[in-house]
Amino acid sequence: MDTFLQQLVNGLTLGCVYAVVALGYTMVYGIIQLINFAHGEVVMIGAMVAFSVITALAGSGVPPLMIVLLGVLAAIPVCMAVGYTAERVAYRPLRNAPRLAPLITAIGVSIVLQHVALLVWGRNYISFPQIIQTRSYHFTASETSATITNVQIAIILLSVAMMAGLIALVYKTRIGIAMRATSQNPQVAGLMGISIDRVISFTFLIGAGLGAVAGVMVGSYYGIAHYQMGFLLGLKAFSAAVLGGIGNLGGAVVGGILIGLIEAFGAGYMGDVTNVCTLDKFLPGFSAACEANANASLFGSSYKDVYAFLVLILVLVFRPSGLLGERVGDRA
Amino acid sequence: MNILNGNPRNKWIGLALIAIALIALPFVLAQAGTAWVRITNYAILFVLLSLGLNIVVGFAGLLDLGYIAFYAVGAYVYALLASPHFGLHLPWWMILPIGAFVACVFGILLGTPTLKLRGDYLAIVTLGFGEIIRILMNNLSEPFNLTNGPKGISGIDSIKLGGLDFGYTTRIGEIAITGSIKYYFFLLVVLLVVIVINFRLQNSRIGRAWEAIREDEMAARAMGINTTRMKLLAFAMGASFGGIAGGIFSAIQGFISPESFVLNESIMVLAMVVLGGMGNIWGVVLGAVLLSFVPELLRYTVEPAQQALFGRQIIEAEVLRMLLFGLAMVLMMLYRPAGLLPSAVRKRELTRDES
Repeated sequence: MDTFLQQLVNGLTLGCVYAVVALGYTMVYGIIQLINFAHGEVVMIGAMVAFSVITALAGSGVPPLMIVLLGVLAAIPVCMAVGYTAERVAYRPLRNAPRLAPLITAIGVSIVLQHVALLVWGRNYISFPQIIQTRSYHFTASETSATITNVQIAIILLSVAMMAGLIALVYKTRIGIAMRATSQNPQVAGLMGISIDRVISFTFLIGAGLGAVAGVMVGSYYGIAHYQMGFLLGLKAFSAAVLGGIGNLGGAVVGGILIGLIEAFGAGYMGDVTNVCTLDKFLPGFSAACEANANASLFGSSYKDVYAFLVLILVLVFRPSGLLGERVGDRA
Repeated sequence: MNILNGNPRNKWIGLALIAIALIALPFVLAQAGTAWVRITNYAILFVLLSLGLNIVVGFAGLLDLGYIAFYAVGAYVYALLASPHFGLHLPWWMILPIGAFVACVFGILLGTPTLKLRGDYLAIVTLGFGEIIRILMNNLSEPFNLTNGPKGISGIDSIKLGGLDFGYTTRIGEIAITGSIKYYFFLLVVLLVVIVINFRLQNSRIGRAWEAIREDEMAARAMGINTTRMKLLAFAMGASFGGIAGGIFSAIQGFISPESFVLNESIMVLAMVVLGGMGNIWGVVLGAVLLSFVPELLRYTVEPAQQALFGRQIIEAEVLRMLLFGLAMVLMMLYRPAGLLPSAVRKRELTRDES
């Protein structure tokens, strides 16, 4: 039970981060039907910028919470600038080009961003300075029970706040109405006096801002950052967006949390379930492997990165429109 | 290739000159150092890969971002069937088709769920697939040692033709024919066959169906083309070419590990196809040759230049190479979307519709 609760907490935390990143993919996809491959890299740059600020200020006497806040406040504008520039330079000129063209520039932008980050922050894993004391809280009085840390609580609360803010923005404000109109039909929205270019730029800005915060959250959760961290994170978040139904904000949130939980439980349980000695009881042919190494399993925790992808494939086979999705048609 | 379009006599003279140049090339390069022959061999391997990817991206217009996974599958099939790892030593002419077949099966498994949907999904699924294959290669050493994990597989058999072993140097009188030179000719023959197949494909019923799908899928379907099956065919064919190239890579290297099959390699092959001109066979060949040699040139120029100017390495050639590939993809799409040597149809398509 404790393992279950622990994996639930870990999965929720991770899921919240995926959800926030997935929102960035799904918003852009909803409006211009482009998979913004560079979004994962924007998240990575957010983590890196925050890392630089936090490292520079650590030990300067500024209160720790303030330092982290400054890190986030520095990451957001940088990421917004990156997202805006990418849209302006690489996607906007190709808006009416065949679909293959913007997809290729998107992957090009992502490669460029990755290697610029490599130049600036180096090839190695960089570790975040531990300026905020991590505190663990037990769920029950027992010392061995599942715990939740203050960082996890902060990540979950912050993510929920951001998601709520975004949904309020999209459904309650004028620019939100403009965004939804553009996503339904850009031409008609344009005729109604909406500046399509501005709405699209705005979408990229918001997505990149969310990505920046997500980057800081991932960085402080794992304590490390790397110039290639955006790739897998982006892939998982995209899977989350597809699982929830791409283009659907609520779907991205649900999908993100589900992917986080699947990954946590997969990492926590698949190793035990596929342990060679357990399998030996049901299937022939595993006894030799069991004797050789009783702890070996068919799918250990090294496969945790695979689950999101398997989910993506299964969703595409059985329910391409996703859990909460609307239509996925060939829109001309 | 204007040289091939003139009157018949000039055409034959031109062809003969190209043939002589290609035959003499490795011996000339060997003078500059055996390394250059090896670099040329890898360049030809990349041409093979690019031609395979060109079927998927260029002919059928599907974006495959994990192409190197099929290359990896081919390489591992070769390594497992012809190395001391399992003690199997099948001849290469048996393994290469097996590798192509296995890669093709993977392609079909991956393509079936995704190709029914919009093209974008294929891009992301192939991206993930490339990563999964790498994770599998790294981890399938437990509990059954299939791939030997990150340590890779070594002692892979070289290609043997009759009594001729491609792994060793043969001497004919004064001339030493190194293993690399032998592989060069082997690769050249394979390349020739692949190019001919590609031209035949492009002008066939299948090739025209791909072109129709690429230009307008709905119209193609209305014309009675089974679009899902045709797309799957393109994807599977591209995968099998990748598998064959992987097998040859395995034989030339004698050693493979998951490190050779990372995402950056997929991106590199894609950059070659995009740079040369999607859908144009000679363009793709040009792109692959250019992008194979540029990194080597960078290594020999940029690093010493930085050393001389600043006294230290500021940008490694490897990083610069990837930056250039990324930029090349963006800039080509923005300013010359049909590539350096555009194919006529592709050019018409990729330039913006003014209506």
